[in-house]
Amino acid sequence: MKSPAIHKIAKGMIPWLTPIFLIAIWQWSAQAGYLSTRILPSPLAIWQAFIKLALSGELWLHVKTSTWRALTGFGVGGSLGLILGLITGSFKKAEVVLDTTLQMIRNIPPLALIPLVILWFGIDEVAKLFLVSIGVFFPVYLNTFHGIRNVDPGLIEMAKSYGLKGFSLYWHVILPGALPSILVGIRFSLGLMWVLLIVAETISAQSGIGYMTMNAREFLQTDIVLVGILVYALLGKLADVLAKGLERSCLRWHPGYQSS
Amino acid sequence: MQNNQIELEEVKKVDDTHEITKGVSVSIHDLKKDYGDRKVLLGVDLEIKPGQFVAIVGRSGCGKSTLLRLVAGLEESTAGSLHLAHVYLPNNKDTRIMFQEARLLPWKKVLNNVSIGLSSSSLCRAKEVLAAVGLEDRSDEWPARLSGGQKQRVALARALVHKPKLLLLDEPLGALDALTRIEMHHLIESLWLNNGFTALLVTHDVSEAIALADRVILIEDGLISLDIKVDLPRPRLHSSSRFLEIEEDLLSHLLKTIK
Repeated sequence: MKSPAIHKIAKGMIPWLTPIFLIAIWQWSAQAGYLSTRILPSPLAIWQAFIKLALSGELWLHVKTSTWRALTGFGVGGSLGLILGLITGSFKKAEVVLDTTLQMIRNIPPLALIPLVILWFGIDEVAKLFLVSIGVFFPVYLNTFHGIRNVDPGLIEMAKSYGLKGFSLYWHVILPGALPSILVGIRFSLGLMWVLLIVAETISAQSGIGYMTMNAREFLQTDIVLVGILVYALLGKLADVLAKGLERSCLRWHPGYQSS
Repeated sequence: MQNNQIELEEVKKVDDTHEITKGVSVSIHDLKKDYGDRKVLLGVDLEIKPGQFVAIVGRSGCGKSTLLRLVAGLEESTAGSLHLAHVYLPNNKDTRIMFQEARLLPWKKVLNNVSIGLSSSSLCRAKEVLAAVGLEDRSDEWPARLSGGQKQRVALARALVHKPKLLLLDEPLGALDALTRIEMHHLIESLWLNNGFTALLVTHDVSEAIALADRVILIEDGLISLDIKVDLPRPRLHSSSRFLEIEEDLLSHLLKTIK
């Protein structure tokens, strides 16, 4: 008979079995010579490249630069999206004035703006921040708008008849009611943030993870390219974990986030 | 055109027993409401004495909920007048409504739901009222964790914490099971007896109306068609012959209109 603790650990292991199995096969085929190191170095070789880059401090420099770009772009685009979403969601007039324009811009893929962005800002930091900001703006904007619009009208009616109005109605009823939707927007745009940054850094940069991988490509260092890709994956996962944590702490009241 | 006036009179009234009544009188005169071409209320006249418990029954769509929403100030009438003559406090902050659904804010704990619209210094009073509806031990719970009956009890506490002079009940027990309803009847009755507010209950359940109200009003096609006094001693027994007689009378009226 297994004790409950062991049972729990075993249950927690199940999602990891598939990746471990795949990595094992990968390592084995690389060692047996089925895979060329030019195309796909073995996991062990990638790990060694990672350690080397980490110890030399080069990796941290690039990670720091990329993270700074990602967060600044997210901060600018996300807060603009939040503010405009709150405004158009709350005021019908603002929606009439702004929403059509924003919807038109939304239909332009941010990456299609790259030539224009290069013409405007050159290949500077601003160009990267602009791309990330404009990409994260729309998920936050749209979800904030719909969150505000979808607050239960019954609750608003109740709150008004109980004497709430103006800011206190907004703070106690409308904003918390829209929060689940706003957080979905934030989580979605955190994913987009990395995608856009990768592309922006791959085009032109003097530092950052994208630069590191493009540089390594020129010297045929496939292992470093893979380290870069994996670091992106880790950072993306980290952002998602943070967003999930934010959801869990902000939406403690929500039945969907309560552990029984 | 808005002919709707809500007049607030500050009059001290003393009733027969020389106790100050805590309820407010309601007088409704020729109240009309249409939604475009659809006429919902065709001219309702109704006088309610301070502290009286009045139930409005009728088939669905007869306009009973509309009447309540007009009294609550949630909607504006097309014509007619509506007076709330107050005894003490001079404004209609003294009217509170309990809806069909509890309408608790899911992101606020039970206690904070009860104290909505109050200053933070009144948390103590919110606790007292929560205890009066028997839920003091659930004050730190999220509303999602409560049962339907408990949610309505929180909604009742939320209404009572404002010490309303007029409590409006819009079929608040419609979604509850039979046992919980009976419990809620006793609770509402005892709180009404203790606090002395005027109560206006809209319901489709004739026996609920008779169990609680001093007076049962039947609304048919936008007009009051019947006004029955219920002179049974409280607490009322559903099995007493007079109870059944009144129930029979009301039901036969209701069924006649179906034809």
